[in-house]
Amino acid sequence: MALWIIAGMTFREAARKKILWTALIAGLGFLGVFGIGLHYQMADSIASSMPPFLRYQILSGMLMIGLYTVDLLAVVMTILTSVDTISGEIDSGTIHAIATKPIARWQVLIGKWMGFVGMLAIYVALMFGGTIAEGRWIGGVSPQNPIAGALLVFLECVLALTVTFMFGTWFSTLTNGVIVLGLHGLAFLGGWLEQMSGFAEGSRLVAVGIVSSLVMPTEAVWRRAAFEMESPLAGSLPSSPFADISVPSLAMIGYAGAFLLGALAIAIYHFQNRDL
Amino acid sequence: MLLGLVKPSAGEAFVLGAPAGGVEVRRKIGFLPEDFRFYQWLTAAELLALHGRLSGVSTDVLRERVPALVDLVGLTPHRDKRLQEFSKGMLQRIGLAQALIHEPQLVFLDEPTSGLDPMGRRLVRDIIRAQRDRGATVFLNSHILSEIEITCDEVVFIRDGEVVTSRDLRKQNEEEVRVVVRARKLTPDAVAGLTRWSTSTQVDEEQLTFTTRSQDVLPDILRHLVAAGADVYQFTPQRLSLEDLFLKIMGEDRGL
Repeated sequence: MALWIIAGMTFREAARKKILWTALIAGLGFLGVFGIGLHYQMADSIASSMPPFLRYQILSGMLMIGLYTVDLLAVVMTILTSVDTISGEIDSGTIHAIATKPIARWQVLIGKWMGFVGMLAIYVALMFGGTIAEGRWIGGVSPQNPIAGALLVFLECVLALTVTFMFGTWFSTLTNGVIVLGLHGLAFLGGWLEQMSGFAEGSRLVAVGIVSSLVMPTEAVWRRAAFEMESPLAGSLPSSPFADISVPSLAMIGYAGAFLLGALAIAIYHFQNRDL
Repeated sequence: MLLGLVKPSAGEAFVLGAPAGGVEVRRKIGFLPEDFRFYQWLTAAELLALHGRLSGVSTDVLRERVPALVDLVGLTPHRDKRLQEFSKGMLQRIGLAQALIHEPQLVFLDEPTSGLDPMGRRLVRDIIRAQRDRGATVFLNSHILSEIEITCDEVVFIRDGEVVTSRDLRKQNEEEVRVVVRARKLTPDAVAGLTRWSTSTQVDEEQLTFTTRSQDVLPDILRHLVAAGADVYQFTPQRLSLEDLFLKIMGEDRGL
């Protein structure tokens, strides 16, 4: 019961503080720009009598870039909107009035986490759905496996959220933000280095990418999502940023899931036992 | 620590017969933190409803209790305003209301009148007395000793986390009394003879100030001074204020 009260409160807080609406308006802005771009690309390629096969590949590539942008937006918004939730309330003393109520501390933490997970589900569904719908209706292209892709991006966001919550039980808001964005940056860089190994043919770059994915598996989850969604031909092109050069295995996705649960368990344990 | 916000480094404590800080015992406790902060985006009525629900009060009960409590703390005209529009005094009032939303057996109020005007202070006093009358115990933590003197039945002085002394404010006759005497011909023997009754003595020319543990001995002291040859012009007993008592017990300002 308390879980749902706290989750609902988190949801309502995001709405009252206009975080939810701002994110949705920014998302609509993105969808508008993406739709216009897709429309012009379609019109130009028809006007230049581009072969349909090539046009399809270009529009599919644009769709993947759009989905990648949605992924980046979702992860960064996840971190920015949740970074103050635990640490900010501890720093300001707001948590005192809640933590002295007859509810376990883990319920406070999980309730807030559930509220954010609910908002993320809506955000990812709307943004992914909107981007895919535009790709289909304007450009006539669709990702290979949109459901798996959307679920993986959702997993990536929940993972970033959970790591933000975990460090929020230790550090101040600013420090927490620096740590989590830094870790995501590390994962991002590692993922691209791994992609670059296709040009250099070096296993050491792959190793760097794997190690960075083990430290923070967010980018690895996205690369698996990209693999699930892109067309087989686009994946086989080594010059493509979404090429199947080093696709994270299902074991890596399992690791990401375990990483998430571990971070959540640590967050609960530390929040439960720390002084407030 | 009693509310579970801070973990003890050693030992154990019990509140209302249960280990301090446990979820079940917190159901019986209300708490107003000193620097009351809450989600500024909630209205006063929403805040009370949320705290009530978190405290396990049913929606039906809250439907009646929320407006009643808002009214009790004098915020009915502001019940639908968001807390971000509230002054510090209004926040203190709504904070007090949230501490009482589940009718707790035990209420901890940390500096509940620090942001209030005289009317607000009187309101808080009345509310505390009403809580006492319904059978609740209220712990009032305050540095405004005059408030404690008017409001509380018992006072405990704590220094460095340890109880220095406690006093039952209901037993005024047994309290320490300070007496100011203006007299001539006060001999050293007359002053020295006061040690039988007094706990402290100070002589400044024709003024003698001493403290004694009971008012009952005052006639004896006056007789002693007259018998010792002093011409007494004034003999004024003054009950020690809590502030005097505080300074006497805790010593001078140590920069705390």
